[in-house]
Amino acid sequence: MALVEVQNIWKAFDGHSVLRNVSMVVEKGTAAAVLGKSGAGKSVLLKIIIGLIKPDAGSAMIDGKDVVALRRKEINALRKTMGYLFQGAALYDSMSVRENLAFPLERQITLTGEELEDRIVTQLKLVGLESAINKMPSELSGGMKKRVGLARALITNPRIMLYDEPTTGLDPITSREISYLMRSLQERYQLTSIAVTHDMQCAKIIADKVAILHDGCLEHQGTLETLEQSQDETVRSFFVSV
Amino acid sequence: MRIQAEETSLNAMNTSANQEQPRRQGFFARFLEKTGSLTVFSLRFFPSVFVPPYELGEVRRHLDDLGSKSIPLAGITGFIVGLIIAMQTRPTLFRFGADSFLPAMVAISFVRELGPVITALIVAGRVSSGIGAELGSMRVTEQIEAIEVSGIDPYKFLVVTRVLACILLQPLLTAMVNAIGLFGAYVAVAIESSMSWQLYWDSVVQSLTFADLIPGLAKTAIFGFIIGIVGCHQGFHAEGGTVGVGRASTTAVVLSSMLIIFTDMILVKLTVWIWP
Repeated sequence: MALVEVQNIWKAFDGHSVLRNVSMVVEKGTAAAVLGKSGAGKSVLLKIIIGLIKPDAGSAMIDGKDVVALRRKEINALRKTMGYLFQGAALYDSMSVRENLAFPLERQITLTGEELEDRIVTQLKLVGLESAINKMPSELSGGMKKRVGLARALITNPRIMLYDEPTTGLDPITSREISYLMRSLQERYQLTSIAVTHDMQCAKIIADKVAILHDGCLEHQGTLETLEQSQDETVRSFFVSV
Repeated sequence: MRIQAEETSLNAMNTSANQEQPRRQGFFARFLEKTGSLTVFSLRFFPSVFVPPYELGEVRRHLDDLGSKSIPLAGITGFIVGLIIAMQTRPTLFRFGADSFLPAMVAISFVRELGPVITALIVAGRVSSGIGAELGSMRVTEQIEAIEVSGIDPYKFLVVTRVLACILLQPLLTAMVNAIGLFGAYVAVAIESSMSWQLYWDSVVQSLTFADLIPGLAKTAIFGFIIGIVGCHQGFHAEGGTVGVGRASTTAVVLSSMLIIFTDMILVKLTVWIWP
């Protein structure tokens, strides 16, 4: 059953076409990766799926609801079932790690102080950062920020996870750690995930299905095995770079 | 040859006019777009402020952060302005034997005009730029989007709380600046004459009416709204990385200061019309 379905999305900025007739389907409980060069429009696609950007044409269906046609209140309700990991983690500067995790949770569910603390600690343990609970984002390394961002995105128990360049700016070892962490969380919570990345290594670890975004079009969708057999130059360039 | 030269120069003029036209249109279109954007952004405040959740904790935090930290700067400026006004006007009043009117003159000018406008301009410089920079930095680091994807309305959480804090703090700060300014004026009077504090204060109180106090304090709430909403609007729509953050902060100060002075002009006319 398709949980995320993007149909014929078109998007241009200042006359420059970024996405051209993009369509993709992600089945419930599976993970998809969208590969593409920097500036290919991968993040735009993700932001359209979560309703941060309106497309010029097309629809983005989440669990049968078209995000493009929903009103602000309905989108906000839908977003509570989704998690989003930003490229730079986007932790709130003025809040500690604890407050960063408490922020979405306090506003979605009524919990006692003890229950709230429990959820925060459990989530931080999952990403291996329980010792950083009182730290401010400025005191964390890039990899730690990504982990806290991941914990924050998952704390509300979303059904769908969207990852925007989850390994960008990280060293290869940390990249691999984050990728394996994403995979284990995906399996543990049976998440439906979409990751946009240019890191083929990360895509290999986390994704069941891969699509390549090239010149605004989503080309060559399939499993990693089928794409590895492809003789297409664009597809080959991603595999060669690994 | 001459005709050809004239044609060439006419063509050149046409070309330069054609080149200028889109630039002028661009500026006008940009101006309309920014004005429209600020208007829509401002109008959204009124329905949002009455809809729960109210985020009172955030309002309290901003009151402390934006308000209490403005007290020293506003207080010192008020004191010095009061002192200077008294020092500058006393010799002239003395020449006409009217120096006993000095407390009344200082009181009316401070309560009606100087206190509200000086406080608003100081707060615009400190608070509006701060809000512009803070929200601008949140915008370029995707923190505002992060709030949005959590299913929380960032306008309510970031904008309504800050604007509400500005509206509440502005009358309080202005009342404080008025009091300190009047004290500063008394210091100048006391240095150069033997007028007692009791006499000075009695003259101040007798010279003021509700028609001076109420409009003077009421307009400060409007100034507070301008300071908050302009800062938030600039920060909320910042783009272009750190350069954009700097631009948002600078524009917030310039635009809010200009709007305060412009609004004051209209409010003065309105006040004179209501209380002739």
